[in-house]
Amino acid sequence: MTLIRGEHLTKTYRAGEMDVPAVKGVDFTIDAKSFVAFVGPSGSGKTSLLNMIGCLDHPTAGKLTVMDTDVGSLDRRAAANFRGQHIGFVFQDFNLIPVLTVYENIEYPLIMVQDWPEEKRRKQIMRLLDAVGMTAQAGKRPDQISGGQKQRVAVARALATDAQLVLADEPTANLDHDTAYRIIELMKKMRDEFGTTFVFSTHDSKIMDEAEVTFTLEDGRIHQPSPKAVLHA
Amino acid sequence: MLNILKIAARNLVRFHRRTLLTSTLITLGIVAVLLFVATAGSFKAIMVGQFTDALLGHLQVHRKGYVASIDSLPLNLNMQPPLVEKVEQALKKMDAVEAYSKRIKLGAMFSNFTETTSVRINGVDPETEAATTPLMPGRVVEGNKEGPLLKRGEILIPTLLSRGMKVKVGDTVVLVATNRDGSVNGKTFAVRGIMESISGPSGKDGYIHIDDARELLRMKEPEVSEIAIRLKNAAQLDLVYAQLSKELTGIAGKGGGPGTPGTGNKGGGGGGGPGSGPEVHTWADLSPFSSIVRMIDLLAIFIKVMLVSIVLISVLNVMIMAVYERIREIGTISAIGTPPRRILSLFLTEGLLLGVGGAALGIAISLAVIYALNIWKITVAFGMQQNVVLSPAVSVVDVLTIAAMVVLMALLASLQPAWKASRMDPVTALGHV
Repeated sequence: MTLIRGEHLTKTYRAGEMDVPAVKGVDFTIDAKSFVAFVGPSGSGKTSLLNMIGCLDHPTAGKLTVMDTDVGSLDRRAAANFRGQHIGFVFQDFNLIPVLTVYENIEYPLIMVQDWPEEKRRKQIMRLLDAVGMTAQAGKRPDQISGGQKQRVAVARALATDAQLVLADEPTANLDHDTAYRIIELMKKMRDEFGTTFVFSTHDSKIMDEAEVTFTLEDGRIHQPSPKAVLHA
Repeated sequence: MLNILKIAARNLVRFHRRTLLTSTLITLGIVAVLLFVATAGSFKAIMVGQFTDALLGHLQVHRKGYVASIDSLPLNLNMQPPLVEKVEQALKKMDAVEAYSKRIKLGAMFSNFTETTSVRINGVDPETEAATTPLMPGRVVEGNKEGPLLKRGEILIPTLLSRGMKVKVGDTVVLVATNRDGSVNGKTFAVRGIMESISGPSGKDGYIHIDDARELLRMKEPEVSEIAIRLKNAAQLDLVYAQLSKELTGIAGKGGGPGTPGTGNKGGGGGGGPGSGPEVHTWADLSPFSSIVRMIDLLAIFIKVMLVSIVLISVLNVMIMAVYERIREIGTISAIGTPPRRILSLFLTEGLLLGVGGAALGIAISLAVIYALNIWKITVAFGMQQNVVLSPAVSVVDVLTIAAMVVLMALLASLQPAWKASRMDPVTALGHV
């Protein structure tokens, strides 16, 4: 089942008087429950593509459908609502809220984005804490845990609202190799356990091998499709 | 809401130095305002009390036009007995009136048999005068302070006259006055006491018995120049003024007697011929010191404006910084789907907490200091009176008004940064370094 479909997707930024193309008319589809990587060097358009899929940015041209919704047509409020309902995010810098504990960081989207009742919230958080192996650190603040632990919490937060899609922009860039590998394994485990589609970007060749589907981006174009990738010509 | 409150409070603690500095500014501002309001209010109350309780009463009724010509103490603008009776009837009906005193005011020549000078004389009934201006007997600094304020044939003279004319208690003096018909009459008086002036050493008001005044002026009828009124509750001044003015409307022309056109600034009478009806004045209309009271009120407003500015600038500054330093954080919460209105609420709550915290602390400190000032009994000098004890106090309304003002300003100051945070583009915010 196709979860994401991009057709002639283009993103061009305006820098002063100049147009700077970041994504140049790419076509792709991503199936539900898949584990997908966008790989490529810095400036190849990975982040721009993830931002569009995550409804953080609008395509300049082309069509992008996520869960049967034309996300390019969503206004600011509708996009925020769509993200809150369907998409989880994992950031390169973890981006946990520093004043909240591990438990509260996972709880944040359940209170501030959705409105889950307390008991249901507690069960969900405990389940996720257990799944990412952070139960013992539930009461700690982000500055009291390691980078790998922070990213585990970030994964748990991304899954808190039962998101169908988790987007992770360079989730391992700030981690050592072993930790990075464990985070990717964790994400894969979460995909298996929760049936969530994971789409991440990376430029680490060892990490990209862990993906089941890989899109290689170069200069805004999907350059070298992986044998496992489902692409439209 | 509780969660927004929790996050906002933790963010304030997270940037504790900035929070402390801003809260301290707000707290100090509130302490300054409340202490000023309390002490200036107390000083004002003392000052006003001195004038109302020792000299003027809270309200005065004159015949229309009298106050406009008060410098010459015009006898032809005295109230005639029928008018006085009607005013008295109106006053007796009013529960808010505690006492009133009928006075005859006249200009006279004061002689110690070797020198002569001019003096303003108040003819009063000792009992009603003491009830209307209860601090008046306290102004007698030398002489007989026991018994009634005055007896017939006695005079209370101001210190200025006593010193200038070298007149002592017990001396005999002569008052010479011209009545409304132009005939001159004189009468001897024994000096019963020396009175200090309220406002300073320049006072030139003497007091004699009202019957002596009528005799001196050869009045055929018991005329009255003014009726001074004391209220049970001075705070009801405006209300009673309005009521009395209404009551006295219609009296005009019924027994006012002959007179000149009135030009009083607050006419309670009206309806009759010009100058024939009564008019009501508050103490503030009659005393130049009311401008000092107005100045104190203006100063209080100015200090409140300063407080508002302090709150506005400090909260605005801290909230702008809060947004600027947390751009990536705003990007994160926006990216994970936090609705813009919740982001707005989050920052507004931070500003609100700063205002509420600063206000609560400022009010607590202010009340403690005001309590301490009342225990220590700070004294001030006012006019000729030394060691007047200040009793600083703030009303609940003042406290609530200032607290509401601060909280509202804190919210207003947070509005722009909070709005900016809620409208932030998540991609730009996440990319902020």
